[in-house]
Amino acid sequence: MPALCRDCLTQFDAGRRCPSCRSPRVLAHPELLDLSIAHMDCDAFYASVEKRENPELRDKPVIVGGGHRGVVSTACYIARIKGVRSAMPMFKALELCPEAVVVKGRMDLYVEVSRRIRAMMEELTPAIEPLSLDEAFLDLSGTHRLHHAPPAVMLARLVRRMETELGITGSIGLSHNKFLAKVASDLDKPRGFSVIGKAGTAEFLRDQPVRLIWGVGQATQASLDAAGIRTFADLLRWDQRDLQARFGSMGDRLWHLARGEDHRRVRRDAPMKSISNETTFHDDTANADVLDGHIWRLAEKVSDRAKAKGQAGRTVTLKLKRHDHRILTRRTTLREATQMADRLYRTARALYDEAKEPGPFRLLGVGLSDLTSADNADLSGDLLDPQALKRAEAERATDAIRARFGPDAILKGRALR
Amino acid sequence: MKISIERSALLRAVGQAQSVVERRNTIPILANVLIEADGDSASFRATDLDIEVIDKINAQVIRAGATTVSAVMLHDIVRKLPDGALVELSDDGASGRLTVQAGRAHFQLATLPKEDFPVMASSEYASNFSAPAGMLRRLFDKSRFAISTEETRYYLNGVYMHVSDAEGGKVLRCVATDGHRLARIDAALPVGADDMPGVIVPRKTVTELRKLLDDDDAKIAVSVSETKVRFATPEIMLTSKVIDGTFPDYTRVIPTGNTKKLEVDAQEFAQAVDRVATVSSERSRAVKMQLDEDRLILSVNAPDSGNAEEELAVAYGDEKLEIGFNAKYLLEIASQVDRENAVFLFNSSGDPTLMREGNDTSAVYVVMPMRV
Repeated sequence: MPALCRDCLTQFDAGRRCPSCRSPRVLAHPELLDLSIAHMDCDAFYASVEKRENPELRDKPVIVGGGHRGVVSTACYIARIKGVRSAMPMFKALELCPEAVVVKGRMDLYVEVSRRIRAMMEELTPAIEPLSLDEAFLDLSGTHRLHHAPPAVMLARLVRRMETELGITGSIGLSHNKFLAKVASDLDKPRGFSVIGKAGTAEFLRDQPVRLIWGVGQATQASLDAAGIRTFADLLRWDQRDLQARFGSMGDRLWHLARGEDHRRVRRDAPMKSISNETTFHDDTANADVLDGHIWRLAEKVSDRAKAKGQAGRTVTLKLKRHDHRILTRRTTLREATQMADRLYRTARALYDEAKEPGPFRLLGVGLSDLTSADNADLSGDLLDPQALKRAEAERATDAIRARFGPDAILKGRALR
Repeated sequence: MKISIERSALLRAVGQAQSVVERRNTIPILANVLIEADGDSASFRATDLDIEVIDKINAQVIRAGATTVSAVMLHDIVRKLPDGALVELSDDGASGRLTVQAGRAHFQLATLPKEDFPVMASSEYASNFSAPAGMLRRLFDKSRFAISTEETRYYLNGVYMHVSDAEGGKVLRCVATDGHRLARIDAALPVGADDMPGVIVPRKTVTELRKLLDDDDAKIAVSVSETKVRFATPEIMLTSKVIDGTFPDYTRVIPTGNTKKLEVDAQEFAQAVDRVATVSSERSRAVKMQLDEDRLILSVNAPDSGNAEEELAVAYGDEKLEIGFNAKYLLEIASQVDRENAVFLFNSSGDPTLMREGNDTSAVYVVMPMRV
């Protein structure tokens, strides 16, 4: 059985230790050299970056997240031992792990590290589909001759490089399709490397719960439960047409996944569907002036991101979370796509006024979707708002000033509310 | 209740009802039509709480009474019956079912109690007048395309019907705009309409009203209050709430100082715009107009798919001008012109452009240019 040492990348025939460096981190699988669809997932990415930046944190439980009111965005593995999980409210996380060091997230830094990981992946294959800053699918089919090494070796080399050059560890799942690759990357975390081969697929899946499937959330889970489907074995007993009839297009997908089949390709840069930003307040607020300031700042953030990517959108969404955690969203579609902060702000503000909700609110978000290229945006003026064109010019001038003198060089008064 | 009605009359009444009922309704009775039979007629009433339509048709009433039944289902049944069929509707009051009988087809439909049916509160109308159907048709047909669909500007989601001063006295005026284009249509002020309060007639009401206006000679009784508007023929009565908002001061929007004048055959122009716009797949297709001495070049440049150009002979004597417009907007206003040439008045490539039919100022359109 072909085997690979994950430390020195030596290839050999199965054994418990690497014949060359004696490392026990040996990966052996009958199909090791034949599989080429991979999923790379960084281990506790934000927390790992923070530990790298501040070595004092290395052996302490670290939680990345916003403020006392916020939620955990990432917990390092030490904190996870205590039961801290991502998306958990911070106060609960601190109850479980009072000694944890809470770090406020530094998105810019994570984006920078993610960009460097991306550059390393680009050296392996052009077929990369990022799912977020810290995970991506890679399709290495046909790269064996290019790299003079099979995909498994290149992937082991990738995570080794991430560790030595960036100080970030990651886990790899290698299989014959995206679904199984993603499942595999989660099997042996952190610093893992798991392989699901074609021959072993059916046996591997049989007793797994269906919630393993990416996209099966609580709601789908509940309807699957109602149909008596808990494991893949249950799913296998269903006829394709019955599944379709009961679950629609999802049913068809389930039928194929039950057989370990997933025909989705690794798509380079799946097109962005929306741009949104939200903020959780320090204290719940119902003050319209304060909320107005937030709407403006979020509109500006969304607009900045849209401008950076040359994108514009027609649908504007306002999201409000009330103090009782009930979420309200309001959306409207514009006649013409926009990327301008002013237009976004005015639209989101109108949605807020229309919602006629007194609050108090704990969270506010502004989003832009139905995206298109910026070439088609903000081309026509507004008959009823003759000042709009002037404000758009002012915004472009503001952007130019910021590009030259920094983001704080010029601000609107309402940004200070 | 037991009535017998000729199929085509019933189809019209139920058709009108089913287009008014609330589609995404959460209150079951709003999906129903209220049928009331008495004397020698039956009335069919439907509402979505904003609009109410009552259609009264001749019927042979065997037993007077009333009930409510799903408007969409009854419509579908009547629609599928053969032309000329005689339809009998009956309920015994006890079973909670309405029996529909036509020839050998037999249906039993669930009903809801007539007492639960919401009836729109009657109101005092400040102004009552009569207007020819043809006149109202022109006012609304030529303005409705410009109604906005942006919910955030709800006060633009209808046609602003009001009395206004124009050259030669007062007129009945309809204005609609979505901020990109505007239509302002005038008609002679009907007798008795002087005191009519200005109201914003919602889009859906305009659509329903249109069904009353096909007969040129018909007289429509119009009643207007601050909150409601009613249009009635002898058979059909359409009552609607108006949009509770202030229509913006549109007079500032209509340019008065535009001097560069283009005159062009409207149909030829519309066809050419339609042709060149084909190459762009974008929703907001920009058409560039280049004007120079009796020559108009229309062009579209879509980097992804191609480009197109067409030249038209026109009447234009002012300085060279390049201006861009959304192709759809140009097409829509050009297709409003039905008798004479279209006259465009420009100022600059960044300013609103005015369009009218020949020298007729009773229908003017304003359209905002696009950067090209």
